[in-house]
Amino acid sequence: MSALHIKQGSTRHSAYNLRPTFSDVQERHTIAVLVENEPGVLARVIGLFSGRGYNIESLTVAEVDHTGHLSRITIVTTGTPQVIEQIKAQLGRIVSVRDVHDLTVEGSSVERELAIIKVVGEGDKRVEALRLADIFRANVVDSTLNSFIFEITGAPDKIDAFADLMRPLGLVEIARTGVAALLRGD
Amino acid sequence: MTREMTGAKMVVQALKDQGVDTVFGYPGGAVLPIYDEIFLQNDIRHILVRHEQGAVHAAEGYARSTGKPGVALVTSGPGATNAVTGLTDALLDSIPIVVLTGQVPTFMIGSDAFQEADTVGITRPCTKHNWLVKDTDSLSETMHEAFHVATSGRPGPVLIDIPKDVQFASGDYTGPKPSTSHYQPVLKGDLEEITELVAAIETAKKPVFYTGGGVINSGPAASQLLRELVDATGFPITSTLMGLGAYPASGENWLGMLGMHGLYEANLAMHDCDLMINIGARFDDRITGRIDAFSPNSKKAHIDIDPSSINKVIRVDIPIVGDVAHVLEDILKVWKARGRKTDAAAVKQWQSQIADWRKVNCLAYTNSEKTIKPQYALQRLEELTKNHDRYITTEVGQHQMWAAQYLGFEDPNRWMTSGGLGTMGYGTPASIGVQMAHPDALVINVAGEASWLMNMQEMGTAVQYRLPVKQFILNNERLGMVRQWQELLHGERYSHSWSEALPDFVKLAEAFGAKGILCSDPADLDDAIMEMINYDGPVIFDCLVEKHENCFPMIPSGKAHNEMLLGEAETQGVIDSKGSVLV
Repeated sequence: MSALHIKQGSTRHSAYNLRPTFSDVQERHTIAVLVENEPGVLARVIGLFSGRGYNIESLTVAEVDHTGHLSRITIVTTGTPQVIEQIKAQLGRIVSVRDVHDLTVEGSSVERELAIIKVVGEGDKRVEALRLADIFRANVVDSTLNSFIFEITGAPDKIDAFADLMRPLGLVEIARTGVAALLRGD
Repeated sequence: MTREMTGAKMVVQALKDQGVDTVFGYPGGAVLPIYDEIFLQNDIRHILVRHEQGAVHAAEGYARSTGKPGVALVTSGPGATNAVTGLTDALLDSIPIVVLTGQVPTFMIGSDAFQEADTVGITRPCTKHNWLVKDTDSLSETMHEAFHVATSGRPGPVLIDIPKDVQFASGDYTGPKPSTSHYQPVLKGDLEEITELVAAIETAKKPVFYTGGGVINSGPAASQLLRELVDATGFPITSTLMGLGAYPASGENWLGMLGMHGLYEANLAMHDCDLMINIGARFDDRITGRIDAFSPNSKKAHIDIDPSSINKVIRVDIPIVGDVAHVLEDILKVWKARGRKTDAAAVKQWQSQIADWRKVNCLAYTNSEKTIKPQYALQRLEELTKNHDRYITTEVGQHQMWAAQYLGFEDPNRWMTSGGLGTMGYGTPASIGVQMAHPDALVINVAGEASWLMNMQEMGTAVQYRLPVKQFILNNERLGMVRQWQELLHGERYSHSWSEALPDFVKLAEAFGAKGILCSDPADLDDAIMEMINYDGPVIFDCLVEKHENCFPMIPSGKAHNEMLLGEAETQGVIDSKGSVLV
């Protein structure tokens, strides 16, 4: 990804971004945080958000570099531009954080989320669920005589739309992974 | 080069290799192997405190007065939880300390073992970083990294939690090496921003330097460079509570402290300036007052090593991320290279405006021949001690603000106070830490009787190690600042802000094996202070002062810098309901 190569603890970059005036507009940002995979690192990041009163809409984490012991945390958050800048600066301050990228401002990015959705129903509803699943390119990963489990991948909006359609058709349970995101291009 | 040794020995070896000469601590079951190693050597002095909170504050006092990291060693469970207040205090004031805690053996972690607490979990939000070391081989590296993190960038407290089996087991010890740590904060400021600031300096008509604890943390070179820049430009300078001493109080451009209880001229200069140069301060709410009325017409520059400080509270025009000394050096270089320009005529006019404000004489108070006014006590203390090799610590409250107003600091690292957290009970242990680092200096803890009682057990430490700390207690038999706020904000309903059962401080001193001095008559004050100074040993000085004195000037909560109260006459109904919500 086209990293800005912000050095840990430095933040000239974010200081520049801090120059615009404070605005009240709430923005939604997707932030990728590269962290050393050590015990407690997720607690540090989550504790920062709860301790300082920032929002977390979605958070995913997994090790992405086994040899380098690096994990990638993808956080979707909302806040005013000032709060977003604070979030990035505060994340950059955590000693185990190697790098912070604001995918929303650094270029266009691809966001994907996976959900599995259980729909229980019979007759026409069951047929309709299957037909809609086909349109949304959701896969059937499990089936009984009166239920399906669909697997769907896409941007969060698409999953929301699919879930909304499934609700009257017998949606009983949904599990979502949260957002994983990468910048486009090199 | 590696050597095999036990974890406990590694701890002591790493401390030696990091140049540590003093450790403040309290033993317990989970740190006994380390105490065994301390017993077997003579390079590191261990100071037995009376409470773990005292150990951490003492380490803070040591650190703040030397510029070196302070070290505390405590046991698991209650030892660690008692350290939490000190850690939080050090985090808010950016004091480099390393706290070592014992932990139950690794195989018992999570079993609710005796004296087990989730120490890294509890201290995660109140340390800059912390570690639980689970195998002995990684212990020495973690120790060295801890010192690196505590002292690099914006300094702060770190904690290492060491299970008892890790202390007993053997592993390879590695000495400190040039840091391979990923944590490498940038020290040099951006040259473009620095040049922009220099251009602003050249044209400013009403400039002011607003400095903070970051100047002290950056080291003696930063204070030197600051003095050079201030004297060369002739710009007035004010400072936060934490930054006192970076620029000498006797300096001709000195305005005095700013903020809630800052000087009239300092706060009005901040309000009316056209260029504010913040150096190592953080726009704390005690400084800014009402944010939307804070210095409305100025261009603001902010030099800070911590990027998260910039635009956190106040939007600035020229952000410079970097170490104060490095940035000041570059500012001076660029400013000189461009011809050392300032708008001297305008600055002169600005200074005469400030001189008019100064004529208000905001620190004036009505003295008394019958009772000792706290302000008078501090003026006499200043007069009689200013030529000594003097270090001052304080507790928190009115006495702290009066000390900041009436004592003059000529050098950095001479003033130790709990600024950000406002920890009552800080001063006594801090004075012990300072005296350990400066055995021949005159170390005075300016205290209020209520704060002082919070960690008075540390007098035992002072007596045991023959530390001649002077506890100068301004005793008004009240929680003075609470009482002041209740008077101004809560209809003079003095809810629980006095103590009806204060000890006899002279007898208390004698019970500890220290000297007690009581003074209640202004006529006796000088002699009593001299007696305190000349006594070779710890002293508790019970100075009975006026009980209802308020601390002025004061910017009430929710008000702007130009809405200060200067004295009693102005206090009626000044704080509205919106302001009273604020602390």
